[in-house]
Amino acid sequence: MNIRRNGQSDLVFNIEWQGGQTGAQIDLPDYLARGGYQALRRALATDPAQVVQTVKDAGLRGRGGAAFPTGLKMEHVRDNLELERYVICNADEGEPGTFKDRFVMTHLPFQLLEGMTLAAYAVGANRGIIYIRYEYPEAQASIRHSIAAAVEAGLLGDNILGSEFSFHLEIFSGAGSYLCGEETALLSSIEGKKGRPRLKPPYPTQSGLWGKPTLINNVETLANLPAIIGRGAVWYRSLGTADSPGTKLISLSGDVNNRGLFEVPFGVSFREIIESCGGGIKNGRKLKAVNIGGASGVVVPPHELDCRLEYGACAKREITIGSGAVFVLDDTRSILDNVRNRAAFFLHESCGKCTPCREGLRQVNRIIGALCGGAGTASDLAKLERYTRTMQQAAFCGLGQAAGNTLISSLAYFRSEYEAACRDVQPAAKKEGTA
Amino acid sequence: MLDKGKSVQAIISEIGTSKTALLPILLAVQDASPAHYVNEAAMNEIAARLKLSRSRVYSTASFYSEISLKPRGRNIVQVCVNAPCENAGKAAIIRALENELTITLGETSADAQFTLEGVNCLGACYLSPAIKVNGRLYGNLTAAAAVDIIRQCREGEAN
Amino acid sequence: MEQVAMKINGAAVSAPQGSTILEAARQLGVKIPSLCHHPDQRVKANCRVCVVEVEGSRNLMPACSTRVAPGMEIRTNTARVRETVQTILELILSNHPQDCPNCIRNGNCELRQLAADYGMREYKADIEPVALPIDTSTLSLVRDPNKCIKCGRCAEVCHHVQETGILYSHFRSTDIGVAPEYGKQLSEVNCVLCGQCVLVCPTGALHEKDDIPAVWAAIDNHEKHVVVQVAPAVRVSIAEEFGQAPGTIATDKLVSALRFAGFDRVFDTDFTADLTILEEGHELLRRLQTGGTLPMLTSCSPGWIKFMEHNYPDLLPHLSTCKSPQQMFGALAKTYYAQLSGIAPEDIFVVSIMPCTAKKFESARPEMADSGYRDVDAVLTTRELGRLLRQAGVDFNKLPPGEFDAPLGVSTGAAALFGATGGVMEAALRTVYEVVVQEELTEVNFTEVRGMAGIKEATVDLNGLPVKVAVAHGLAHARRLMDDVRAGQADYAFVEVMCCPGGCIGGGGQPYGTGTASREARIAATYAVDAAMPLRKSHHNPAVQQLYQDFLGQPLGEKSHHLLHTAYCDRS
Repeated sequence: MNIRRNGQSDLVFNIEWQGGQTGAQIDLPDYLARGGYQALRRALATDPAQVVQTVKDAGLRGRGGAAFPTGLKMEHVRDNLELERYVICNADEGEPGTFKDRFVMTHLPFQLLEGMTLAAYAVGANRGIIYIRYEYPEAQASIRHSIAAAVEAGLLGDNILGSEFSFHLEIFSGAGSYLCGEETALLSSIEGKKGRPRLKPPYPTQSGLWGKPTLINNVETLANLPAIIGRGAVWYRSLGTADSPGTKLISLSGDVNNRGLFEVPFGVSFREIIESCGGGIKNGRKLKAVNIGGASGVVVPPHELDCRLEYGACAKREITIGSGAVFVLDDTRSILDNVRNRAAFFLHESCGKCTPCREGLRQVNRIIGALCGGAGTASDLAKLERYTRTMQQAAFCGLGQAAGNTLISSLAYFRSEYEAACRDVQPAAKKEGTA
Repeated sequence: MLDKGKSVQAIISEIGTSKTALLPILLAVQDASPAHYVNEAAMNEIAARLKLSRSRVYSTASFYSEISLKPRGRNIVQVCVNAPCENAGKAAIIRALENELTITLGETSADAQFTLEGVNCLGACYLSPAIKVNGRLYGNLTAAAAVDIIRQCREGEAN
Repeated sequence: MEQVAMKINGAAVSAPQGSTILEAARQLGVKIPSLCHHPDQRVKANCRVCVVEVEGSRNLMPACSTRVAPGMEIRTNTARVRETVQTILELILSNHPQDCPNCIRNGNCELRQLAADYGMREYKADIEPVALPIDTSTLSLVRDPNKCIKCGRCAEVCHHVQETGILYSHFRSTDIGVAPEYGKQLSEVNCVLCGQCVLVCPTGALHEKDDIPAVWAAIDNHEKHVVVQVAPAVRVSIAEEFGQAPGTIATDKLVSALRFAGFDRVFDTDFTADLTILEEGHELLRRLQTGGTLPMLTSCSPGWIKFMEHNYPDLLPHLSTCKSPQQMFGALAKTYYAQLSGIAPEDIFVVSIMPCTAKKFESARPEMADSGYRDVDAVLTTRELGRLLRQAGVDFNKLPPGEFDAPLGVSTGAAALFGATGGVMEAALRTVYEVVVQEELTEVNFTEVRGMAGIKEATVDLNGLPVKVAVAHGLAHARRLMDDVRAGQADYAFVEVMCCPGGCIGGGGQPYGTGTASREARIAATYAVDAAMPLRKSHHNPAVQQLYQDFLGQPLGEKSHHLLHTAYCDRS
């Protein structure tokens, strides 16, 4: 089901997803049998700087949504004069419509643990934390057992694989806050506070957990490292495109025949993802819109789907790859209902710290409620645009800045649906076929 | 759900009194509470032991949606309310559960047997609509299947 | 300091490296609005009204938290910035009570001022009525959560300056509130009522309980003989209520203003401050001589007393048993002064003008009625006095000078020092030295105990006996000292603690705008008041000497014990 190109037989994850069912967990013996921990063995025999260089050469970018170059982040931590350093795995996968990290943790836990250990070796950290969201007890259990097994096998803890390198890893459970996926909010949460974002700069690479340099990466990002270190940057770059090397895990949901998790090389088009992976639209209906990137992503009409999954190409089309959630809406779906759901989600998850996000979402929800109740007005639409613009421009963190993305994109592409919900927009102005 | 009845003191001794311990302690205290919540006495004890103001501990506890400040039912039924589950028929599932439990979303039944809550994405959008009952995930639900899960829960308690 | 060259609104300018855009712009005369920013506090960047355009940045940048960089091009006045600031104000106002004329902050509300500046006459957002319960549970403070804009300034003061830990931000999103835990009222938690939160609140969400009506009622009641006492710290701050610079000394105008407003006698808390030195000084000597509990701690500051009662009940025996000067004044007004004037104590109404919100609470403590009558009947803060005088039609700056009435208005420079941190210590040392050493103290200025350092120490040689003293202001610093005392690691004989930063001149009842800069100016003014007084030692106060001769007998005597000393309770 995964899309393979250029005669590649191997991808980074090689998930086998059959009939909406996930396969069994790859336990430590399985993982070792598949060549697991070879990369770590190799890395431990080389200079940590070489590991960082390989990651930089591979062109890996953060898979949590921000797409920051991972090697650069590593270098910032590595170059810090402070020797007490941390590696944190951001497993607070809360972006609605995303389930890749949950899958990696429950099915490929050792690939993640090896990746984290590689990262720790590369940046010179001896302590690590996996921050797993509360809503994933099965992932917490899987990682807990896997850590114990890795320690048992000498793959974690003191003197890993007989080397001088020691790395101690623990789990920290979230407690129900989407915002804790924002790296500085996550740090606040570990430090016992509300999960509210901190000022940047300083960035976590300079002043992270307890003010120490900290590498924070998403599950998928870290789980890419064994393949990159094991098979090299050149191999990794043979997947994907020059702009965006490697593969991306795509969480496909909504009105497609095959919902599930797929690994695709960068460069495929969204249409290809929906048709090849998703098997087309369910019940023979027509495609109406696709929500790319989750709640903080955008809603685009079918004609945008030839855009390639590639950071540069998507940025040009103002499409947010984000966590790789692709949520498909058929022609029976109401755009407004979906936008209302997203707005309610953000209202629930806003930390309330900054005015644009807190008060902006309060008003946006009120207005969308009015529109859905048929009591909206044309001036409400203008307000919606102004409020979301203010959130985008002036909110404290990424949550508030992105909270209006579905709204702004859908207002651009599906404005007629909004106008149809306004009681003072003349019927003549209401366009045909808005359903 | 482990360690029911464990004292706050025992939990703190186990987890420690550093600031990092606050959230794990709150979650453990909630897990140990038969009513799945953190009460005021526990909160005050945690504040005293961690040398934090009560207001500060309450700040953290009140921020996270999976920490409850109110007593909840013995069984916690959580319905994913995000878009993929909504489009897959969340409303019908909630209606069926509300009818079966005779409470509305966000409430606890009078006999304290069930709490029905909305929850954010459970990472099971390929199985939507999905719910979680006492931490266990159920997907591809119909209204009838959801009601069956509740009934099994009741039977399980009765036995 | 190295300068950074940049452009603000097209003009080439430079600012010290490390400064924020907000600091740089304000220094250069470019006004950037702000609400959550406070010059004495850490950067919060919550309110976002200070956003500006920075070339190369996709989003607007908050000026309060963005540091200047070489070559930065900043624009503060563009359509994009204006629209955003106006929209943020509109969003705040859409969830804010629309009753500015009825609000205690009408006239000095930072939000209302910005709304006026930005032409928010026509609120474009729909107003949602809010009706959260208002906390009027204490005699000192009122908390109106409906007017809270969640800037976080009060929580910062409460947790980091005072470490009282009462107000903190709870819940999230639109449920967020800055309050005590479990929605408790201030009377139900260990709030010391210092009012430092009020000083930093930009709106009417936190304010003093307004006691002006009670004072007018007494003045208007011709059966009542209304006497007023003025705390040392008020004379160096009241002029700010009438547009003068912090540090303006307005003692004589203040006296005239109070007469104009209708008070029958205008007295001075400085009189009982001198008296406090005699009582407390002798108490210290007695403790030193009889092996009493040491260190002895001062007891003038009611927020500090309440803090001790909540948090260090085991250390209560360390507190001096002296009532505060305010309460000593009240007790004497209803006994000594009643005798002198031939007015029945029940007809005397004592009003205090205090820099303090906790004084309102102190005046109502049940034990503060040793004469059989409540010592002090009403307490107004400096801010309330400003409002009362405006209501009375006082044109403050044009008033002729006036003088306090005798004998409860006679004082020395030592008493004036009570307003500043270290002042009680300095005044006490002037008297204790001369009492013990029996020699004239020629250098009366004890500079080691002056200044804004959080904890100050000094050692004074009393006839070969080195006496170690300490001074703390702000409860976070007091807590450090008390932890040392509790641990037996403090070898001081005498410790002065003032609840508020800078001492009473920085009290929670002082004019809005109170911050480090105005505190320093008021402290300088306080020392100027002292230096200008003919008498600078409390025991030289002739009216106090007369009081002992005619009424009290001697310090720590039976009458003093009955009227001027008190006991504390465990509130933990």
